Amino acid sequence: MKKSKSLLLMFALVLVISTVLAGCGGNNTNNGSNANTGNTANTGNTADTGNTATDEKLAADQTLKINLSAEPPTFDPAQAQDSQANTVLKTMYEGLTRMNDETGKAEPGIAESWEISADGLVYTFKLRDALWSNGDPVEAADFVRAWKRVLDPSTDPTAPYAYQLYYLKNGEEYYTKKVTDFAQVGVKAVDAKTLEVTLKAPTPYFLGLLSFYTYYPVHKSVEGNAKWATSKDTMIVNGPFTLTDWVTGQSLQVTKNDKYWDKDSIKLGKIDFSLVNSGATELLSYKNGELDRAGGPTGEIPTEQIPIVQKELPNEFNRKGIASVYYYEFNITEKPFTNAKIRKALAMSIDRQVLIDNVTLGGQLPAFGFVPPGIAGAEGEYRTAVKDSYFTEDLEQAKTLLAEGLKEEGLTKLPTVELTYNTSEGHKKIALAIADMWKQALGVDVKTVNQEWAVFIENRQHLNYQVARAGWVADYNDPMTFLDMWVTGGGNNDTGYANPEYDKLINDAKASSDLAKRQEDFAAAEKMLIEDDMVLIPLYYYTNNSLTKEYLKGVTLDFSGGIDLTRGYLLEH
Amino acid sequence: MRMVRYVANKFFYMLVSLFVLISATFFLMKAIPGDPFTSEKKVPPEIKARLYEQYGLDKPLYHQYFKYLGDIAQGDLGVSMKRLNQDVTHLIGQTFSASLKLGVVAIIVSVIVGVILGMLAALYHRKFIDSAAMVIAVLGIAVPSFVVASILQYVFAYKLHLVPVSGFKGPLYYFLPVAALSAQPIAFIARLTRSSMLEVLHADYIKTAKAKGLSWFAILSRHVLRNGILPVVTYMGPMTANIVTGSVVIEQIFGIGGIGKQFVEAIGVRDYTVIMGITIFYGVLLMLARFITDIAYVFIDPRIKLSGGKEG
Repeated sequence: MKKSKSLLLMFALVLVISTVLAGCGGNNTNNGSNANTGNTANTGNTADTGNTATDEKLAADQTLKINLSAEPPTFDPAQAQDSQANTVLKTMYEGLTRMNDETGKAEPGIAESWEISADGLVYTFKLRDALWSNGDPVEAADFVRAWKRVLDPSTDPTAPYAYQLYYLKNGEEYYTKKVTDFAQVGVKAVDAKTLEVTLKAPTPYFLGLLSFYTYYPVHKSVEGNAKWATSKDTMIVNGPFTLTDWVTGQSLQVTKNDKYWDKDSIKLGKIDFSLVNSGATELLSYKNGELDRAGGPTGEIPTEQIPIVQKELPNEFNRKGIASVYYYEFNITEKPFTNAKIRKALAMSIDRQVLIDNVTLGGQLPAFGFVPPGIAGAEGEYRTAVKDSYFTEDLEQAKTLLAEGLKEEGLTKLPTVELTYNTSEGHKKIALAIADMWKQALGVDVKTVNQEWAVFIENRQHLNYQVARAGWVADYNDPMTFLDMWVTGGGNNDTGYANPEYDKLINDAKASSDLAKRQEDFAAAEKMLIEDDMVLIPLYYYTNNSLTKEYLKGVTLDFSGGIDLTRGYLLEH
Repeated sequence: MRMVRYVANKFFYMLVSLFVLISATFFLMKAIPGDPFTSEKKVPPEIKARLYEQYGLDKPLYHQYFKYLGDIAQGDLGVSMKRLNQDVTHLIGQTFSASLKLGVVAIIVSVIVGVILGMLAALYHRKFIDSAAMVIAVLGIAVPSFVVASILQYVFAYKLHLVPVSGFKGPLYYFLPVAALSAQPIAFIARLTRSSMLEVLHADYIKTAKAKGLSWFAILSRHVLRNGILPVVTYMGPMTANIVTGSVVIEQIFGIGGIGKQFVEAIGVRDYTVIMGITIFYGVLLMLARFITDIAYVFIDPRIKLSGGKEG
């Protein structure tokens, strides 16, 4: 129970934004045609799904049964901030764009087409004739209203993810009250069907961001009703499904929305979510036919069961790399970890494959860098263009480095290292295995310390640790989401790392819209972070393990493991 | 008159206990590191400051404490800090109703099965039925409920397909969680009933009753059972409270949206208002359960007389 609890907490912090087209950077000149391409692609796709459906026979009862290991705390897009909410909100709302998980590109959603100015700053969206679930038309004003709610500090309660809209011109300034007139913020309803968005800086992944829940529109009835998202009766939505049942802590149900503009592509009649926070129960329910899908990202297959179900149900088992990394970070402000050689010695003396084969069991990939595979680069994937060959597992070199480091620090032996992790069976096993590897290879004594989640986070954020476990999940599909956190004083930089050269590389990348140049900056920054300074020890890149019944089709996962259930369908079985 | 004084007295002590409970929980809760807005992906400082301001977390602790006392004095438990804008009373109501439905069935099953097992064991003392009942009882007490639950799921749902693995949608869904939940109380009640009945069976007044020529059934129902069941009544108070407050483990395993699960989740995410709300609710419930047990005693056991404390 404890294990699933902190896994859940970890996933609960996961933000899933999808993204970016390598070809659609801010420096495009002919954007009108771009929009058109998007449109055709979409129609093509719809037709496609239609075809597959005629080949195979659909089941009469189109009710998808799935488990969520945690209940989404809210259905207000402005307040949501976790992956479970993302899963459910995606069935109920649609933003300006929609991600196609297969191509990884943003496709027209509520926006039917768009134009991007030559400097990559101004986006003009043309909205299609879409309706809210009560029959009202979806208009540009609905987006303006929604984004204002997010950026308005007086919204009660204030949107925790307000900063997801800081990409807009004057967005941050409005939140911090430097600008008080919302008309100066970069979003404007030109007319009922035209929305003009102005950005602070060219953002190559902005179209992908628009499919993320913080950017969803809200209906005008939310004004003056703070509790609208707490009851199914007051929730007016614009997506493929509407919320039809909700029993706290027990179950959720969404039903097909006949007012949805693309309702012909929706084959599921209902989605039943159970809310069981137990991997063992979920697996048993799945095997018993009470669930059509089990495992990540909505639930969990117990670690020790993964190799078993993999053999038992080979046709139903799926494994997919997701853009997340598991690592150990150092508090580099405290001796002896101020010494990079000592940090490197520890990084080099871990056998990652042994760890994966015997402890984590999920087929994860050994990590030697910080940006995981699956993240887009200048052309294709970043990780394909920039290899993570920053160091190797080398015991001899580790011993030499440790000896040199100790000498520089005036020590004869490394004092006992304190390795902290948050309470979870999985993290504990990894910590014990690594402590043992360090002991065997370098003779280092390690004390493993387990802390409850919030206590652990507080300690880590206050640099009250030596070596601590950490994980990072992509917010959007760009190496920036992994690398900008390590700048001096960065909100999520819990290591005390401060390197002006590193900061400069990241700032250069932020200001540039030249994709190749950005990639060079990222590669140089990552090299600095890992090869030169070893601020953290990369351990593995995550995988998502799941089981899907053979009759369930059309459910897709995006690059970071976000799930889209809306286009799913059930075959006769 | 005596009864009124007794009740008033009890009631006063209940209020004092409740106040101590609220205060202790409040300060302990605030003393744990972390708050509702602690997250791995840090929220920018200006947004965090705004959230603190809106929930009053920027004020000094004593200020928050008195404000909270003021609110609950008016019966306002506030809104959840994590489940945005949801009323704590609504959350408690909805989750408690699930725990209550399950709990009431489990209590009834426990008492009936427990008392029958105990009686059989006492009546057939040192015979096979006695040993069998006591083996069941020892197992029930010794095996943790999550193990019982998993075994039940595996055997009855997965292997035999008699009932669903998890969920809570209709009568069929009650079997496994009720069985898992009542295993321990059944065992306990069986043992209690057995030992007290054995004691009663050897008492002089039973011999007298037999000598009087009363029928065995009359002796059993009027004398043996009535006296023998007293310890069970004592145990009923805490047991009821224990069961209806929700078993976290059982609720997790069977995916039931109960209050126990809700409470543990609230603590994990430091949802202050929900933690306090459920604590107060639990406090009141436990005290009421004790109170009712005390009153019930008076009616069941003629030996217990109310002493009105100091007579004026």
